[in-house]
Amino acid sequence: MTPPQPDRAPRPRSSSASSGRYSLWRLLREGCNGQRGWSRAWAKAQVRPGYRVVIVGGGGHGLATAYYLATEYGIRDVAVVERGPIGLGNVGRNTTIIRSNYFLPDNIRFYEYSLKLWEGLERRLNFNAMVSQRGTLNLFHTEAQRDLMTRRANQMRLLGVDAEAVSREAVRSLVPLVDLDNGRYPVLGGFLQPRGGTVRHDAVAWGYARGASEAGVDIIEHCEVTGLRREGARITGVETTRGPIAAQIVCLAVAGHSSVLAATAGLTLPIESHVLQAFVTEGIKPVLDVVLTYGAGHFYVSQSDKGGLVFGGAIDGYNTYGQRGTLPMAEEVAASAVTLLPGVARLKILRQWGGVMDMSMDGSPIISTTPLAGLIFNGGWCYGGFKAIPAGGMTTAHLIARGEAHPVAAHLDLARFAAGRTCDERGIGPYPYLQ
Amino acid sequence: MLRIHCPRCGTRDESEFRYRGDAGRVRPAPDAGLASFSAYVYERDNPRGWHLEWWLHVAGCRQLLKVVRHTQSHEIRWIGRPEETAPLPEDCAP
Repeated sequence: MTPPQPDRAPRPRSSSASSGRYSLWRLLREGCNGQRGWSRAWAKAQVRPGYRVVIVGGGGHGLATAYYLATEYGIRDVAVVERGPIGLGNVGRNTTIIRSNYFLPDNIRFYEYSLKLWEGLERRLNFNAMVSQRGTLNLFHTEAQRDLMTRRANQMRLLGVDAEAVSREAVRSLVPLVDLDNGRYPVLGGFLQPRGGTVRHDAVAWGYARGASEAGVDIIEHCEVTGLRREGARITGVETTRGPIAAQIVCLAVAGHSSVLAATAGLTLPIESHVLQAFVTEGIKPVLDVVLTYGAGHFYVSQSDKGGLVFGGAIDGYNTYGQRGTLPMAEEVAASAVTLLPGVARLKILRQWGGVMDMSMDGSPIISTTPLAGLIFNGGWCYGGFKAIPAGGMTTAHLIARGEAHPVAAHLDLARFAAGRTCDERGIGPYPYLQ
Repeated sequence: MLRIHCPRCGTRDESEFRYRGDAGRVRPAPDAGLASFSAYVYERDNPRGWHLEWWLHVAGCRQLLKVVRHTQSHEIRWIGRPEETAPLPEDCAP
């Protein structure tokens, strides 16, 4: 594949995309002006018959890839094609956590790169994504688990990433809600990544969409890609509900439904689709100012700015494309919540929802070329796609623009499975339903 | 909550069972080569539609079951023993 050259030539625009710069001054001015001066944050583009790059999927990774292609790599002849409105898939369904507290060095480097991009994101996008580095605190309940977490924290520190051991007493002062003396799972301590935290997930989609649109990317909503156009071993575009679109490069960023689209070009992926649920309680006064994860079950919780406790657990555990959860896992998550934080037992759960995950065969994502020329794949994000959006977008854009893997994402290629160098953070093996 | 009809124990809740993945994969012949084995271990059809899968009745008879289930509606069309060949979903009584 010949790597495409940067494309800076002006081209006709569907409509004016600029929403102006957001600032305190602008806020005051519009406030005095009856809020009449605001325009759409991104343009509603019309479909053109062909683009240099078509990105399938207007979620976090698709929009971020388009944004970095246009602003970092100078490729502006780009369309993002989304079947519904942007941001209604998993980028709007997750528990909004960002962190880089992994164990495998390749994973630490990749997610730390993402965390660093999060740290400068709002300034760069001129968009308030409410990045809140409140810290992520992982609890342990046995001595063996303490040793494992200490090893993980040491590994992070060796690579220059922040990690701190937290004593039992410190857990008590950080999160008074925690039942430290639970008879079955007493809390022995924890480890904290102070730079971890949460981000307003919808704003991430909107901020990237606005940035990409201003840089000249066409964001085409309500246009479902029904298949990939293939000539021999080359992908030449996509079939959509609004007609065919030709492209030199097609990038799939449709995690959850990757297998379905790949199958239209005869490609089988190392992925199963599973549903992951999330929950939010009624709003209460501030009680939790870190992201807290339970060590004796799969449970993680933070408090949103509206006051609701946002939490989730494990996948339901069998292949599904249903964007809804089922009750057995809801019960298990609620049981974990009440075991760790008995005080939440009286709260009402306001909402529960599910998102379909691409569960990969080693629990790590895939950012890769494929056996088909002209097809770039971004997917397999398992539980961890949200925190990786900036890095996923940057490294996918790098791969599209340069034709070679970005150094921090080189280990995420599709060929790693056949080559026997899987990146299996939890050591589970090719059993996604156990992740 | 799925209700799974175990041929030995009767109809039970999903929580008595453990999912054991895609039952449609066939182990290649020993001399089939690396690419075939790699595909067998790692690649999945992962259909949005009817799916043949293993369920282990861990809190019942502890036997493996073969199940034809729809991955979007979760409807179960057929349940059999491991040695049985599942009929096409269209041929099963709804």
